Amino acid sequence: MDTEEKIIELIGVEKSFGDKPVVKNLSLYIRKGEFVTLLGPSGCGKTTVLRMIAGFETPTKGRILIGGEDITAIPPYRRPVNTVFQKYALFPHLNVFNNIAFGLKLKKIPASEKNGKTIYRHFTKEEIAEKVNRALKMVDLEDYGYRNVNSLSGGQQQRIAIARALVCEPKVLLLDEPLGALDLKMRKEMQIELKRMHRELGITFIYVTHDQEEALTMSDTVVVINDGQIQQIDTPKEIYDEPKNAFVANFIGESNILSGTMLKDRLVKFLGVSLPCMDGGFHKNEQVDIVIRPEDIAISVGGEGQFKGEVISSVFKGTYYEMIVLADSYEFTVQNTSNFNLGTKVVLGVSPSSIHIMRKIRTINSFVGEVEDEETVWLCGGSFKFNNADETLEKGDEVIVKVPFDAVEILDDENDGVIGAKVKQSVYKGTYYQVQLRTDRGEDFLVDTPYEWNINDRVGINLIPEKIIVEKIDDAENEPITDSEAD
Amino acid sequence: MKKAKTFRPTAFAFPYVGVTIVFVIVPLILVLIYSLIGEDGSFTFNNFIDVFSNPENVNQLFKTVGIAALSTAICLVIAYPVAYILASSPFNKIAILSLLFIIPMWINFMLRIFALKSMLQMIGIGQSYGAAVIGMVYDFFPYMLLPIYTVLSNMDKSYNEASLDLGANGVKTFLKVTLPLSLPGIISGISMMFMPIFSSYSITMAMGDMNTSVIGAKIATLFEQDSYGYGSALSFVLLVIVIAVMLIGSALSGKTSKPIKGGKKDE
Repeated sequence: MDTEEKIIELIGVEKSFGDKPVVKNLSLYIRKGEFVTLLGPSGCGKTTVLRMIAGFETPTKGRILIGGEDITAIPPYRRPVNTVFQKYALFPHLNVFNNIAFGLKLKKIPASEKNGKTIYRHFTKEEIAEKVNRALKMVDLEDYGYRNVNSLSGGQQQRIAIARALVCEPKVLLLDEPLGALDLKMRKEMQIELKRMHRELGITFIYVTHDQEEALTMSDTVVVINDGQIQQIDTPKEIYDEPKNAFVANFIGESNILSGTMLKDRLVKFLGVSLPCMDGGFHKNEQVDIVIRPEDIAISVGGEGQFKGEVISSVFKGTYYEMIVLADSYEFTVQNTSNFNLGTKVVLGVSPSSIHIMRKIRTINSFVGEVEDEETVWLCGGSFKFNNADETLEKGDEVIVKVPFDAVEILDDENDGVIGAKVKQSVYKGTYYQVQLRTDRGEDFLVDTPYEWNINDRVGINLIPEKIIVEKIDDAENEPITDSEAD
Repeated sequence: MKKAKTFRPTAFAFPYVGVTIVFVIVPLILVLIYSLIGEDGSFTFNNFIDVFSNPENVNQLFKTVGIAALSTAICLVIAYPVAYILASSPFNKIAILSLLFIIPMWINFMLRIFALKSMLQMIGIGQSYGAAVIGMVYDFFPYMLLPIYTVLSNMDKSYNEASLDLGANGVKTFLKVTLPLSLPGIISGISMMFMPIFSSYSITMAMGDMNTSVIGAKIATLFEQDSYGYGSALSFVLLVIVIAVMLIGSALSGKTSKPIKGGKKDE
């Protein structure tokens, strides 16, 4: 396979709307013929990435190459890509035939050469009709050419939109949540059909979706995006089996996420138990996140296993039971084909290969601040009390403030907190939730809390003075004052 | 289940229907009756024969069509770009729209016309055919602008993007997508302007000269001179022309949302 050829390359692409960054320093390449999915929650920037490739948005920074050619400044109508829009965007004043023929009528193809110059011509009527009919046949709507687009069902409109884009024979087909408006059954059908078209045509597909199942079933490669940044690029299997961080693990499928410590290579400790695992390359005693998929946990009564627990809920899911087992105050989600009744004392077994170790995104929050007076420090747009009993710090000192995850108090009413923030994400870690809070100035706090917080809710932030660590920044190191820099 | 007597929303239409019958339908019937009664009170078609046998009437009818068509065309040419810029720019559109085009409509239109007349005289344009056209354009501009602006600003951006994506540049996208999709706005703008200009005569009387006299003015004069039969026949002819123009207009705008021929199976 000569699939190593890069058809699309994004180099350090950034995009801001106003002063709001949407895509942050994103680099990515896509091989020719690949089916690539950009996957992420809504508002993560995935659609903006697609729109930059299509040419509807210009990157604030960075370059986009198609087939090695820089197209960052080229308008959409001269790019060798075509788009299938989320709401189809079929022209209501044209019938099905003319919608599909729209791009063909504009296209110019080399016809002959004269004095070393290529003469271009348009497609003839017959050529257009032939191509359109072939495209209609491909999407199984052969007799629909004369129909008004508004008289078609959602699924039919979607097929026409796909035919309209594919008939132009683009190098890359961009699909912006194309199945979002269809019902479940239709979605499944279209997924299979899109896969078939991809196989038959050999065109590169870039597919944007927030549906992780869709991404895993359809793609060759999945790019998980969150908050304008790539979290992981991998095959669907790798994404599922070896998520790089807690966000990916939480976003892709059901999972048990725990905090633990890496004792040494291939030995991890969590919930007070040391367990062999397959991962290495961490520092000794490094804090890590651990993911165990619910279907990877063996559950039995009196069998072999590392954790003893009690079934506290069981739900039948069609082909399996999903049970919650309370073990050592951690709530394991377990999937198994046989049911265990509520209250059953069970043993949970975890094999080394089903323990996935991930580096923690952050182990402590740290910010630059300034001491205001003996008792308060200014950071993130608010003044917080801190413990300055020995008065080593003075007013005006520049400091690093380290805020452990348990040193933050989240308050229901934004006005009760020193500063306000928005809940960006919330990951359940069995005994507590790890919540990411984003202040209005863009700083992130990671907080461990026993309560679940709704994403996008506004909350207040308070810091527990005894738990935060304030360290002075050495002025001499950071600001060498010389005459030449004085002005 | 027992049928409960419920209040039907159609009841809200009854007062309007009543007003329409009393003040629109009945007068129209009266006009028709007057037009068919001769000076001696007997039934006759003479009034209609008089209307068509007088070349001056036909001449004036053409002039009226001319002034209405010319003003409407000028208005369209000015209003479309303005609506397009307003609909596609990030300005505070509501403020600009109301400040420039809607608030002036609160002032009595004759006052505005007399103000315009004085201003034109200041720069040396007296009462003339041209001045009358300027008056029409000035007075009816919002009626052309608003429907076009509404259509353009409600248009889904993705149509434009789809067109660009399929290889049409800005100009082609405008001609092949934006313009055809805004046709309903253009047609309603034309009908909101063409019809009233057709029958109005106060602006032409104020702004125009002897040459500019329109059919509306003539009807007014006839009624003032108690020539009810002749005047009614003339205004009935006018009414028929207006209805014909309206029907053509709605047929044209209806066509845009109906399937268009092409791409037949036997191609």
